[in-house]
Amino acid sequence: MRHEAARRVAITGLGAVSALGVGVEALWTGVANARSGVRRIASFDPADLLTQIAAEVPDYDPAQHFDEAALDLLDRFAQLALVATREALQHARLALAEADRDRAGVAIGSAMGGALTQDERYERLYGQRISRIHPFSIPRIMNNSAAAQVSMHAGLRGPALSFATACAASAHAVGEAAEMIRAGRADVMIAGGADAPIAPGVVRCWEAMRVMAPAPCDDPSRACRPFSRDRLGMVLGEGAGILVLESWEHATRRGAAILAELAGYGATADAEHITQPGVHAPARAIALALEQAHLDPSDVDYVNAHGTGTRLNDSTETTVLKTAFGAHAAKLAISSTKAVHGHAMGASAALELIATILAMQRGIAPPTAHYTAPDPACDLDYVPNVARPLPIRAAISNSFAFGGLNAVLAIRHI
Amino acid sequence: MNAANDVERQVIEIVAAKKKMDPASITSATTFEELGIDSLDAADLMFVVEEKFKILVPDEAAQSMRTVGQVVAGIRQLVAANPGSAGVN
Repeated sequence: MRHEAARRVAITGLGAVSALGVGVEALWTGVANARSGVRRIASFDPADLLTQIAAEVPDYDPAQHFDEAALDLLDRFAQLALVATREALQHARLALAEADRDRAGVAIGSAMGGALTQDERYERLYGQRISRIHPFSIPRIMNNSAAAQVSMHAGLRGPALSFATACAASAHAVGEAAEMIRAGRADVMIAGGADAPIAPGVVRCWEAMRVMAPAPCDDPSRACRPFSRDRLGMVLGEGAGILVLESWEHATRRGAAILAELAGYGATADAEHITQPGVHAPARAIALALEQAHLDPSDVDYVNAHGTGTRLNDSTETTVLKTAFGAHAAKLAISSTKAVHGHAMGASAALELIATILAMQRGIAPPTAHYTAPDPACDLDYVPNVARPLPIRAAISNSFAFGGLNAVLAIRHI
Repeated sequence: MNAANDVERQVIEIVAAKKKMDPASITSATTFEELGIDSLDAADLMFVVEEKFKILVPDEAAQSMRTVGQVVAGIRQLVAANPGSAGVN
């Protein structure tokens, strides 16, 4: 087979923090059972906001994970990245020899970096008129702090990069990390994404775009309804998803349990509009991912959609899938897990890829939660509300960011 | 206790709390190097000192401080130059 000639990429460890809880199992349990992590905002009083709901990480106490001195230098998004990294490293049973650390790197996506720290410091500065700013502000706010903290935590001295491509940031991070392994520039990459944007200023900015779902009076947890006729928008979330990627040779030599093959990656840009999604470029990203993976469209059984729950995204993504898959689109099991873990920005793609890997391993297509009625503009199989047993040979995860920056990851069952 | 010694005691308390050390193990001769205070820690220390003594430590002065005694001397100087400061309590 052709794909065995190039360096293949193995996925050997997973770590997650999301609105569904701390840990990969919490993510899967919520996703598979359509149990929503969307609630009234608890981290600050949202009474002044139109949008009073978000997908916040529940039961997370920073002091349980970090000592005081470490926390001084960690914005919440970097904390979540580190918690997920620890889980992923443990899961992969990865203990690198000193010499291997130069060949191991980091790629972390984040849309907003240390947004909470920035919001809080600027509130003091502009709101309270306190002009003194703590010197640790920049090390906490900078977008590359998660990548740096992960490299320091794990002692990895290979390439360490941060990706800032908004809602596709962790898809680009994972995809580019895999490319580094294929190119022989690294043997191991810790890749994924983290974001913690639930700050009053950030929520206001999102509100202004008029894409946020209002909370239904009866049940706020059902606010995000991707692909459903009555969908009203997205819900902002937070979290971190981290994967351990290795060259196939590295993974097999050390006897690692390979969870799936990261077989393909496609990245394209619409080059059209700063927010409105296109069709041609996302479809081409899917085609590129399948081509690199040596997959025929008909080999794909499951799609984890970008599925934000906005009017425009979900109907456009439906057209994208029809364009990329042709007649096979009707046979795909498609779901958006954002209905339950929210749109965790730069963490979304990694969380969704992790959900896709678990779906493949367990032979279960997770559902699209809160689906009430079909929309004529969204007429594919979105696995409404209830998980479905499904052998998954290959799957893709879509991420289409503002700015028309698209990234698609393809995985294959091993 | 006289005011000068009080500044030293307060600086030692701040440093001891930051570094989780016994204040008795720190004297005015103790160096930043011995305390494991790197450039970032030093910036953090200046932030706390400025707040505590209601002073502004110029960058040049901050960069020349390498021992507890130098910090204490710097504070005394700035406090003396600024009657509104709260260096003595």
